Amino acid sequence: MADLSLPATAAARVEPRGARPRPALSRRNVILYGTLIVVALYYLLPLYVMVVTSLKGMPEIRLGNIFSPPMEITFQPWVKAWAEACTGLNCDGLSRGFWNSVRITVPSVVISIAIASVNGYALANWRFRGSEVFFAILIFGAFIPYQVMLYPIVILLREIGLYGTLTGLVIVHSIFGMPILTLLFRNYFASVPEELFKAARVDGAGFWGIYLKIMLPMALPIFVVAIILQVTGIWNDFLFGVVYTRPDTYPMTVQLNNIVNSTQGVKEYNVNMAATIITGLVPLVIYFISGKLFVRGIAAGAVKG
Amino acid sequence: MTAMQTSVAVKDLELAYGSVTVLNGLNLDIAEGEFIVLLGPSGCGKSTLLNCIAGLLDITDGQIWIKGKNVTWEEPKDRGIGMVFQSYALYPQMTVRGNLSFGLKNAGLPRPEIEKRIARAAEILQIEPLLERKPAALSGGQRQRVAIGRALVRDVDVFLFDEPLSNLDAKLRSELRVEIKRLHQQLRNTMIYVTHDQIEALTLADRIAVMRGGYIQQLADPKTIYNRPANLFVAGFIGSPAMTMLKGRIDAAGAFAMDGLSVPLAGYNGAVPPAGTEAILGVRPEHVAIAPASDGPGDGPGDGPGDGLPATIDIDEPMGSDSLLWMTIAGQPISARIEADHPFRQGQPVRLGFDIPRCSLFDRKSEQRL
Repeated sequence: MADLSLPATAAARVEPRGARPRPALSRRNVILYGTLIVVALYYLLPLYVMVVTSLKGMPEIRLGNIFSPPMEITFQPWVKAWAEACTGLNCDGLSRGFWNSVRITVPSVVISIAIASVNGYALANWRFRGSEVFFAILIFGAFIPYQVMLYPIVILLREIGLYGTLTGLVIVHSIFGMPILTLLFRNYFASVPEELFKAARVDGAGFWGIYLKIMLPMALPIFVVAIILQVTGIWNDFLFGVVYTRPDTYPMTVQLNNIVNSTQGVKEYNVNMAATIITGLVPLVIYFISGKLFVRGIAAGAVKG
Repeated sequence: MTAMQTSVAVKDLELAYGSVTVLNGLNLDIAEGEFIVLLGPSGCGKSTLLNCIAGLLDITDGQIWIKGKNVTWEEPKDRGIGMVFQSYALYPQMTVRGNLSFGLKNAGLPRPEIEKRIARAAEILQIEPLLERKPAALSGGQRQRVAIGRALVRDVDVFLFDEPLSNLDAKLRSELRVEIKRLHQQLRNTMIYVTHDQIEALTLADRIAVMRGGYIQQLADPKTIYNRPANLFVAGFIGSPAMTMLKGRIDAAGAFAMDGLSVPLAGYNGAVPPAGTEAILGVRPEHVAIAPASDGPGDGPGDGPGDGLPATIDIDEPMGSDSLLWMTIAGQPISARIEADHPFRQGQPVRLGFDIPRCSLFDRKSEQRL
């Protein structure tokens, strides 16, 4: 039994041993990567056309070669889109809308997440009489179409004197973010072991003590998810923006629409493309810098019931 | 027990979730410095009882007294208790030092006092080198030590343990078991310890409360629980390998009869019931003596009756230090624990003798000890 080598005849052949060989150009790889590349190109092509067009002058665009790179690169359309394009009475470009959007998004995100995280924490850890009913009603709110509530809210805001102001829109965004955010936080905090909460109670921490010192530091991933959802959702919002604000408080998306859809004069495709890219830049940047945290947070909190 | 002061008293405790009653009219008095173990299968209400004592569950009726003070409506932090959880429940974002000081900071203790208490707890538990680490960088045993330390620094009268060793592997479990016992001998605090592991219960407890279905089945010291179980449930739950339960009835001579065999009950530690009673004879594997069937009458094994009871060997389970023999006696299975290098083979007819003073007799209807 000491001699473990194979008989001579078997040793002559190449016996399978170690890692199985994986040829780079196997049929599986070609199909897999081929599909991925085609799909990626399909999604990237419009962006390419937009960037290229925004860097061309109008004479070059009129030639009609939308895929060809610019012969003469000009940044004039970008400058015009940002600072000079006319929307209605104002001719100061998207910059006004950009700052409006910032002033809408930042407070809305902060307020809605602050309230929803406390809601979710209370619903997950401090079961009170009727908490399940309260939660059910809140979730039901997520399924009511916005259109149903548009006009009643107009009246509501008018009555409290906030119609047409940024404050009014911030309140609307904060309230509409509540159901989904509360669900998100409740599920995340429900996945935190109950014994941790009990230990903190034995250690003498109260409602806010446990929230601020134990739960908050553990909830970073889900906060990132909530911030991404809210920033992109509120930044991209068009409906609430156009209904609840006035021209000088329009958010960026509404202004973009007014630039692109203006019917006077020539259609300045390069300016339109530049304006669209500028508007989409904020959500894009958010996704790029937080992609990994986003995936981790979604996996940690949102899926588990 | 009467000389000692009562540390924790549970009076007519009732806990119900809606229509489901988990605990019903439960009474329990725990003496100062006593180590009491709540033992039972999962779902018997032992952890629920512990959470009620801690104040983490709102009770439906009854009272909880700790140190002569009615704490029924007190918050957990005001009850003078420290608690250790199965999953350790360490705050993941804090260092060990932060974990130990969290409760003290909440209580508003001055900084030098906090430092002093942490130093003392760290010394007792030998976790000084770990103080600046986060829980994620600790092993399971180290984490549980820190969890015990968190209860220790609170300088409380009563320690509550909720299955503290169940998440550890077998070797660590037995190590920490000894350590907890040493800790109790050193501190002399009242300790209430919940477990489903009977070895932990038997080794640690001053008294064991065996629970089932929200009721305490028997409350006694480990020796009594093991040797004189109050009913069939306690007898079957305690002891590994389990006690053999032989079905039979009491005959006119006052002996235990089953399928033609008669076991004299002379020396039984209790009252032998009247003839005709349907009974169950509980025999622990170590209280069975075996001899080959060929032995003549008179030189029978150990303290068994001279002639012995005929049985056949079915299975031999060697366990290293000893061997467990499974046999059939009067059509019923019975196990016996004997030394590892025994001469018996499978299928061999043998004769058995029971150590009657250490056997238990139960009424088959009421399942209570006779």
